[in-house]
Amino acid sequence: MPHDHHDHLSPSGHPYRPDDDHPLTYWQQMEIAIREILIEKGVTTAAEINAQIDTMDARSPANGATVIARAWTDPAFHAALLDDASAASASMGFDIGPLKLIAVENTQDVHNVIVCTLCSCYPRNLLGLPPDWYKSRAYRSRTVKEPRKVLAEFGVTLPDHVTVRVHDSTADMRYIVVPARPDGTDNWSADRLAKLVTRDSMIGTGLPKDPGTIAQPLPSG
Amino acid sequence: MSDRCYMRVATHMPPGHVRTPAYLRGKVGWVERKLGPFPNPEQLAYGLTAETARLMRVRFTMAEVWGPQAECPDDTIDAEIYAHWLEPTDPPHAT
Amino acid sequence: MGGDAAGPIPTEQHDFSLWEKRVDALMVIASSRGHFTVDGLRRVLEDMSPESFETMTYYERWIASVNQNLIESGVYTTAELAERMSEIAARGTTYGEASRE
Repeated sequence: MPHDHHDHLSPSGHPYRPDDDHPLTYWQQMEIAIREILIEKGVTTAAEINAQIDTMDARSPANGATVIARAWTDPAFHAALLDDASAASASMGFDIGPLKLIAVENTQDVHNVIVCTLCSCYPRNLLGLPPDWYKSRAYRSRTVKEPRKVLAEFGVTLPDHVTVRVHDSTADMRYIVVPARPDGTDNWSADRLAKLVTRDSMIGTGLPKDPGTIAQPLPSG
Repeated sequence: MSDRCYMRVATHMPPGHVRTPAYLRGKVGWVERKLGPFPNPEQLAYGLTAETARLMRVRFTMAEVWGPQAECPDDTIDAEIYAHWLEPTDPPHAT
Repeated sequence: MGGDAAGPIPTEQHDFSLWEKRVDALMVIASSRGHFTVDGLRRVLEDMSPESFETMTYYERWIASVNQNLIESGVYTTAELAERMSEIAARGTTYGEASRE
């Protein structure tokens, strides 16, 4: 059996679905056909397709967490991120391609949440592919109308004095939420802070982890 | 907030590919920031050479978009809308 | 879609399978070569019937859109696709058997 991915684990640490062994579907036939035709016509190569898959697999919420933690600890970078999130992310060495990114910041008075009602636009070149719920009809329909109920389903309940700002990625920009830095993290390194930043906290459907859940770093030396 | 630049989204519903969500048609918001220019996606979508289009982020209150059904009237929705969908207008009257 | 009533947000998550990742890669590569744009991808997705959202998976809709755009831009013809798909169906009954490496 031609498997070229049996030794790969997904970003979540699980094996991929064993799709090679499932009955061939019409749409899989189409994918194989298009791939072979594009290779034969010289549009692409098998190696390029594999390289693109590897590039996408390497993008994960950990990239965004690194960016957020730097913004929490470096005032100049924080300003640069809010001014031009694409340039700031690229300056940290992340290969984000043509991604045009806007960072929106949570404060004591504002909570931001990202949605794409028209399709499923997502800052994929920084955070990797979107979670399934982000692409669901329910999330895309409800978030612009009842964001507080949606957030409550994710376990985020906001006080009345906090304004919710929903960002609908309708056109060319993509968005990342800069969550508020948790209290009790003074003097934490950026590396340690990054462990608090979850994928959902950068979409706005979550908050950073409780600092108490992160183990103390081992003493050096 | 007299320095806000208010815009009304066009109400038309043309067939074909547009990036203006139906739920914002006819609604009034203010320009949160200007973006672009970008090639017009309404032409790119059909494989045509695209003209340059100005893009704006427009902020709407939930009260404006959903009326009495709004979950929380002062919460907001920001969306990117191309300038040819927008017409300058007066601020909505406070009620 | 925005503002429509809908039920709870689904929480199930699946890991992307190889064929889904290939669809994603084909979209990125073909559009980066100028054969179509993300707007063309979105156009075909949004023109699909509401039922397709229920009956097709996310990447099934994507490969259908990629195909439509590639035919429209003249990269290959419908006849070429049909012939190749028949040939592929004859190779075996699973994705692994049909996808020769």
